[in-house]
Amino acid sequence: MDSDDEYMSGLSSEGEDNILQDESDEEGSDGDDFGFEDDEEPEPDLGYSQKDSVKKEKKSFDINFKVYHPADIQTQQDELINEVNMILDIRKEDAAILLRHFRWNKERLIEDYMDRPNKVLESAGLGPSTSGLQLESIMGFTCDICYEDDGTQTFAMKCGHRYCVDCYKQYLGQKIIEEGEAARIQCPNDGCKRIMDSKSLDLLVTADLQQRYHEILTRTFVEDKDHLKWCPAPDCQNAIECGIKKKDLDKVVPTVACDCKHRFCFGCGIPDHQPAPCDLVKKWLKKCADDSETANWISANTKECPKCGSTIEKNGGCNHMTCRKCKNEFCWMCMGIWSEHGTSWYNCNRFEEKSGSEARDAQAKSRISLERYLHYYNRYANHELSAKLDKDLYQKTEKKMIQLQTASGMSWIEVQYLNTASQALQTCRQTLKWTYAFAFYLARNNLTIMFEDNQKDLEMAVEALSEMFEKPVTELADAKLKVDIMDKTSYCNKRRVILLADTADNLANGVWSWGISF
Amino acid sequence: MAAKRITREYAEISESPPSGINVSLDNDNVHKWNVVMAGPEGSPYAGGTFHLSLTLPPEYPFKAPVLSFKTRIYHPNVTNDEKGSMCIGILKSESWKPSSKILAVLLAVQDLLREPVPDDALEAQIADKFKNDRPGFERDAKDAVKRWAK
Ligand SMILES: [Zn+2]
Ligand SMILES: [Zn+2]
Ligand SMILES: [Zn+2]
Ligand SMILES: [Zn+2]
Ligand SMILES: [Zn+2]
Ligand SMILES: [Zn+2]
Repeated sequence: MDSDDEYMSGLSSEGEDNILQDESDEEGSDGDDFGFEDDEEPEPDLGYSQKDSVKKEKKSFDINFKVYHPADIQTQQDELINEVNMILDIRKEDAAILLRHFRWNKERLIEDYMDRPNKVLESAGLGPSTSGLQLESIMGFTCDICYEDDGTQTFAMKCGHRYCVDCYKQYLGQKIIEEGEAARIQCPNDGCKRIMDSKSLDLLVTADLQQRYHEILTRTFVEDKDHLKWCPAPDCQNAIECGIKKKDLDKVVPTVACDCKHRFCFGCGIPDHQPAPCDLVKKWLKKCADDSETANWISANTKECPKCGSTIEKNGGCNHMTCRKCKNEFCWMCMGIWSEHGTSWYNCNRFEEKSGSEARDAQAKSRISLERYLHYYNRYANHELSAKLDKDLYQKTEKKMIQLQTASGMSWIEVQYLNTASQALQTCRQTLKWTYAFAFYLARNNLTIMFEDNQKDLEMAVEALSEMFEKPVTELADAKLKVDIMDKTSYCNKRRVILLADTADNLANGVWSWGISF
Repeated sequence: MAAKRITREYAEISESPPSGINVSLDNDNVHKWNVVMAGPEGSPYAGGTFHLSLTLPPEYPFKAPVLSFKTRIYHPNVTNDEKGSMCIGILKSESWKPSSKILAVLLAVQDLLREPVPDDALEAQIADKFKNDRPGFERDAKDAVKRWAK
């Protein structure tokens, strides 16, 4: 195999299989679940799966959360409604309206209701009743909405404002379909604040509309409750419950994992950004957006060989580049000699602060601060890009593996180690990416140096795995390489846990010192 | 189904119009009304004549009418441009009810000319002036009436 002929250590770059790219660019959307079998991997499961009743060793950066599926959300609502229905002895429809009015704070509702029931009913849109709930045809009735008097069926809620059923239907359709309203639909009467209850609604509209109405109500339930949030993954219907308080977001980075595998921050909703706290992330993203012009050239996919100047294209996540022409091996990130990257004195991840004497005038200072920013931004953006390239590569590899399987008779389960490795790469790169944003704000001290050492260890582990990952399929099937990949995968995950645990502990204890405020 | 309602509302208002308000149909289109409103006495708009256009959406009365000033006006709640869009409580989707009537809308506009609502303003500068320099506001409003609404 003349893999030396390739820019990278093995994978051909002929651009075949492009159809498989861009399946889902959303970073982190599947960076979950390293998929170890418990018996072959001593390190606890990183899948954060809270469904496991026997919770494995909890790490300091794990937080408690619960995933609710649509049926669970409904059950939760129903339970609250039933409780209030029994305690206050009111109709279930009214209990639902009261609970919504109180944003599902059952305790406060019961307390207030016990004190002043009429005032509570009034303000929730359940004022005094005058009539029963049924459809009626009334002789000589003129509807005040359509002015028709042809004796069709009419309806009134307990407030007694009676209109024809057709007008109710149109009104409710307008509110539910066009305005997406459900919990706060009032009586059609000008000035009447009576809230449409679900029992009345069910009498009036088609099953379709009823269903939509209840969907919107469920949505309101999640949005009204402080500790519930929708999973932001497209097409995911689950909600996550997490008790994290806003004021603690500077001490904890509350990453949660939905059952759909999407991992996101409960604090700000964006994909997992451990170890960086929400405020830092927000500031960093704003800075990147503001400085996008300056930093644009970085995300380029091609660079020139530092030795001979030929154009090198990056088509896998690995940073170890080999020039096709002069065989120079160098680092994509810093363009330095690759062989030095394994040594202890070489620091690709650390920004070497220039001594103060060099930065006497304002112009030099601003140049240095730009260089410093670009150092971190480079590495941040590169992991984002590499994660994508790794994923593309995995998809290409997977396709080839399938061909290989059919040729060699290897079973699907036997090639799953590649999937596991690919997911570990995604997750570790996601973490590494944010370590650079984090480091940008750090002041230089011993803690920071320890942090950078952890970062470097994870970097090296990830690069090594990424490089193995780019071997040609024929070599990947080799038993020795398979074991190496599995070992390296678990090592990467271990390094990631160490880095995150360390950073999270320091964050919780408030001992990081920041060089740049956020 | 809305035809009966619109026709009746139009008949009622055009037969016994509230003082200072006149309505007519635009090209016999019941969904497009021309409204002529006199600036209310005692307000800086007194003496001015304001043309407004009232459009009833196909979904009327389940959706609120749309009202705009065709005559340019200096007022915190009306955009000070050729669009003359306005912000008025009764027409907001959360407060409009199918049983709300056009008559009530027109009377609400009259009220708005008598007493602007600076906290719900479309023209922040005019609202500021209304709140902090009432004589200055009235002078400017009167000047504007002379310029645009005579
Ligand atoms: Zn009707
Ligand atoms: Zn009512
Ligand atoms: Zn999900
Ligand atoms: Zn966050
Ligand atoms: Zn070269
Ligand atoms: Zn490097």
